[in-house]
Amino acid sequence: MLELRGVSKVYGGGPTAVHALRDVGLAVAAGELVAVMGPSGSGKSTLLTIGGSLEDATTGQVVVGGAVLQGMSKKEKARLRRRAIGFVFQDFNLLAGLTAAENVSMPLELDGTSARAAREVAMTALAQLGIEDRAGHFPDDLSGGERQRVAIARAVVGERRLVLADEPTGALDSVNSEAVMRLLREISRRGAAVVVVTHDAQLASWADRVVFLRDGRLVDQTAAPSGPESLLASGPRPPA
Amino acid sequence: MSVRHALLALLSEGPKYGLQLRQEFEARTGEVWPLNVGQVYTTLQRLERDGLVVSEDGEDGPQKGYSITADGARALTDWLQTPSADAQPPRDELLIKVLVAVQVPGVDLHDVIQVHRRHLIELMQRYTAVKADAPEDDVALALVVDAELFRIDAAVRWLDSADARLRRAPRAAAGRPAAPARKAPVGRLGAVSR
Repeated sequence: MLELRGVSKVYGGGPTAVHALRDVGLAVAAGELVAVMGPSGSGKSTLLTIGGSLEDATTGQVVVGGAVLQGMSKKEKARLRRRAIGFVFQDFNLLAGLTAAENVSMPLELDGTSARAAREVAMTALAQLGIEDRAGHFPDDLSGGERQRVAIARAVVGERRLVLADEPTGALDSVNSEAVMRLLREISRRGAAVVVVTHDAQLASWADRVVFLRDGRLVDQTAAPSGPESLLASGPRPPA
Repeated sequence: MSVRHALLALLSEGPKYGLQLRQEFEARTGEVWPLNVGQVYTTLQRLERDGLVVSEDGEDGPQKGYSITADGARALTDWLQTPSADAQPPRDELLIKVLVAVQVPGVDLHDVIQVHRRHLIELMQRYTAVKADAPEDDVALALVVDAELFRIDAAVRWLDSADARLRRAPRAAAGRPAAPARKAPVGRLGAVSR
């Protein structure tokens, strides 16, 4: 669903040039939840903005749902983002003057869906996240956990197949953070490719795969998780 | 804690005497792990028997010199890069591995840290999968799993912090005690007791 092929990103030039990403190769399949970890300044957020077409790679290729981003016009990229890519940010980025339902339906309406149809789809997304009863409330009237659920509903509404989340649990407590990760996992299980940038190992451990960035390079990744069977067993393990 | 591998790490810098090895070991582990002379010589004899170090000819004693062999260097690298086999890795083992790695020439500290970080996060993925697959109302299970996750998370955070700290510190400063290597160390713990 998302593929980065030899992607590099350089800001500025000459001796002061900053190499944010260096020859990064990453493929995220539909139905997969991938976490990106790394210290501050390692290129995590840049990877997400380039994968989401918000920024262009300096070199290399980015492919979203089979479409190569290089060579697309700004208008085409904006359309791709509205239709195929959902973003979840640390500070939620909800519009204060719109209700929860309006925040969720807005991208669909911008893409030409009628207001009524967009609202129906938005209500379905809010119901899936368990907050349909808060649809008419404005962001300021919602708790932190509810605001983040609205932000996730907005990211997945419609036919979005790629969800990109940058520190999506923000300042939420650990139980609410876990709820957010459960939702992102569920969304991936329904067929979306989900990429979560985080510095938090507990959140990353919800992912099918964790990749590690250092100085703009993808240096390592976890193997496919082995079975949890032996972890909590108190007695001897059964013979193989 | 592996005295064996700590001595190999010290010898990876070049040949050293038995007494010198003991002094440098204590100085570089913050004098938190005192060694007695007998431990040092017994360990050196075993290392020599296993072909991991060679000694100079001559009588045994504090001035007898030892050097690491190619097999010894390989054994050291393998140990540094091997995560604990236990499901519950002791954090002290991580600490000593990182402390030892700091002083081994040619070892990429960040690679050593990353091997252990990846191993711990893979372990966390397995615990989280237990929680994710359990019914949401199984609070007891969630509490047990959370206890493990928070414990492992603490080790990962320590590795992150060590990584950042070592990145800022020049390697020589990170790996060397302030006092000259041959001088008897008078460290934080020793100074109090003398």
